[in-house]
Amino acid sequence: MRHVLSATVQNVPGVLAHISGMLASRGYNIDSLAVGETDNPGFSRMTFVLRGDNRVQEQVRRQLEKIVTVVSVDDISSRNYVERDLMLVKVSASAGQDRSNVRGLAEIFRGRVVDVAADSVIVEISGTENKIEAFVDMIRPLGILELVRTGRIAMVRGSSPSCDQSDTESADAS
Amino acid sequence: MATAPDQTRSESLISGADAVIESLVRNGVEVIFAYPGGASMPLHQSLTRFGDRLRTILPRHEQGGGFAAQGYARTTGKPGVCMATSGPGALNLVTAIADAKLDSIPLVAITGQVGTSVIGTDAFQETPIVEVCRGITKHHYLVTDAEDIPRVMKEAFFIATTGRPGPVLVDLPKDIQLTHIQPDYDVEMNLPGYNPEVLRAHSEQIAQVAAAIRRSKRPVIYAGGGVIAGDASENLRTLVEKTGIPVTMTLMGLGAFPGDDQRSLDMLGMHGSVYANYAVDEADLLIAVGVRFDDRVTGKVAEFAQHGFIVHIDIDPSEINKNKLVHIPIVADVNEALSQLNEIVEPPEEGLDEWHAKIAGWKEEDPFAFDETYSGILAQEAIAELSRLTAERNTVVAVGVGQHQMWAAQFYKFRRPRTWLSSSGLGTMGFGLPAAMGAKVGCPDDIVIDIDGDGSILMNIQEFATCTCEKIPVKVLLLNNQHLGMVVQWEDRFFKGNRAHTYLGPVGNPEASGQGDGISPDARYPDFVAIAQGFGWQAETISEKKDLESALTRLLDSDGPALLDVQVPYQEQVLPMIPSGMSVRELIKK
Repeated sequence: MRHVLSATVQNVPGVLAHISGMLASRGYNIDSLAVGETDNPGFSRMTFVLRGDNRVQEQVRRQLEKIVTVVSVDDISSRNYVERDLMLVKVSASAGQDRSNVRGLAEIFRGRVVDVAADSVIVEISGTENKIEAFVDMIRPLGILELVRTGRIAMVRGSSPSCDQSDTESADAS
Repeated sequence: MATAPDQTRSESLISGADAVIESLVRNGVEVIFAYPGGASMPLHQSLTRFGDRLRTILPRHEQGGGFAAQGYARTTGKPGVCMATSGPGALNLVTAIADAKLDSIPLVAITGQVGTSVIGTDAFQETPIVEVCRGITKHHYLVTDAEDIPRVMKEAFFIATTGRPGPVLVDLPKDIQLTHIQPDYDVEMNLPGYNPEVLRAHSEQIAQVAAAIRRSKRPVIYAGGGVIAGDASENLRTLVEKTGIPVTMTLMGLGAFPGDDQRSLDMLGMHGSVYANYAVDEADLLIAVGVRFDDRVTGKVAEFAQHGFIVHIDIDPSEINKNKLVHIPIVADVNEALSQLNEIVEPPEEGLDEWHAKIAGWKEEDPFAFDETYSGILAQEAIAELSRLTAERNTVVAVGVGQHQMWAAQFYKFRRPRTWLSSSGLGTMGFGLPAAMGAKVGCPDDIVIDIDGDGSILMNIQEFATCTCEKIPVKVLLLNNQHLGMVVQWEDRFFKGNRAHTYLGPVGNPEASGQGDGISPDARYPDFVAIAQGFGWQAETISEKKDLESALTRLLDSDGPALLDVQVPYQEQVLPMIPSGMSVRELIKK
């Protein structure tokens, strides 16, 4: 089963090393891990995608929560949420048929061509994991030169926050 | 007028090192085990200025200091504190830190670090000790701003001692120790992700447990180190008084319930009693308190307590359902949960006479036993005799790791919590002597005995010097069989007796290849009596049964540090035994 965990962590040196080390040493397999600062520079948000049964998911969550610098962890895959992944892909495409094929595909997937060189273009595309993978499959025959992805980020829909961050948020608001 | 505020300011400025030591004093630290070096010299200089409020003990190896701090913490319940310099000094603390993590011991380890300007340059004696220790600490700090010192020290003690206790590392670069700051010791902590408030159990869950007890016919309590760490022994005893439920303890739990009470089933697990393992196997209700279903306890986890309804009470949510799925998982402070339970609990409806009778039968059939007709001294007999001789005296026992440790767990009757010091999770040889040393510092009025093996004691034997020089009169009962007895036992059971580096004498001796027929008195190696005497200890060696009681009495009544070297055979095995990964059905009695 696929789980998306969203964690709020203190933005201090070593927190990523601590978390990734814990996951590795306990043998948990992570499909994707994305980190970035939140609106409060004192905190970062980490999004994990992992595969495993509920018991594995529960253990990962509890082991994460045990880390002192981890403020909260939420399994948001059981809730209604938005998930995105950003990809940059450099495709072999010289001017002519190839290039318009790429542009056409990018348009269908709501991507954008962000760089054009003599014999290649870079396409930017964001979306769910499935959409990104579908696009990669379509574009592969044209010749992928380079590909980079951010990893999944996710957020619960509506007004409830993905992590219970109410204390810090109200502090910010005031 | 104009100069007055400046003077106040300059007077209130103190070095980072002084702020660290002042923080120790303010956190109630009375003793620190600290070995100096280049990167921790400012801290040591500061320690001399605080000598009237804080005793500094110089171990002879940083690992000894780490285990001494643990011995102090395990007996007193207060956090143990140790200190080392950067690089090798810090690395020598690593085993003691990992040990404290696995056994949940409150420990604050302070290390010197190279200056911040050279961190990351492979400077002399530089090790990224925080990186090394991430996975083996409860938390860790590399202080890069001297102003953070009071907050970091406050947080370190708070984290080490609250919730599930554990080790915290504070790494202090030398320039940070030398920076002058105006410390605010009442600074607020910054721990938004750490909420260890005392957890009460949900009352419906406690009611479910009480109902399960009421219905049960064959209940067993399985008590672990959490009962001791949570100071819950008294509530555990009350629960037993109210319900009559028998109690078995883990290696970490020994002392949580009096071993000489008839409702004690002694230790369970791999080398636990036959009756404890049978009782858990047949139990219809298992109340697991402050335990973690360790593989040395459960064996084949699927078959552990397979007929029973299982209640698990622990303060650490990550222990719930980690190794074993349970029926009533209760995340709570064990003392709090037991006291809630004691308010409403009633004894099992149908009584426990039948269950107690069944257990009494098992106890009679398969008690912990040894060959009392053996002509020399068996290790088990020496321990049983020591237990008898100290029954009326406040005694703390530390051990190394191996056969002697298991026999001490089996044959010494622990009557109070915090009187048994064993490296249980990590199983660190060399733990016994320094742990006993720290315990004696924490409990100067108790007799503190290290029951040790000849393999284990050699791993931290340098602490003989600390005991003498710092006037710490610990006693050592050395059960000397010239072998790594536990590994020998496994060689004999599982490797056709092939000796693979388990004989501790010269390699030329036939015993080294398993060809010998015993070790003659003149072939014994090394001469522990001479070694101990060389360190300024009293010491003697015995091999005959008739000398055992008098020699033990002399050991207990001696003034300074003293060693009794007891020559014991290596052919003895620790029994009963459930081989690794097997169940009670594979239990070996003989």
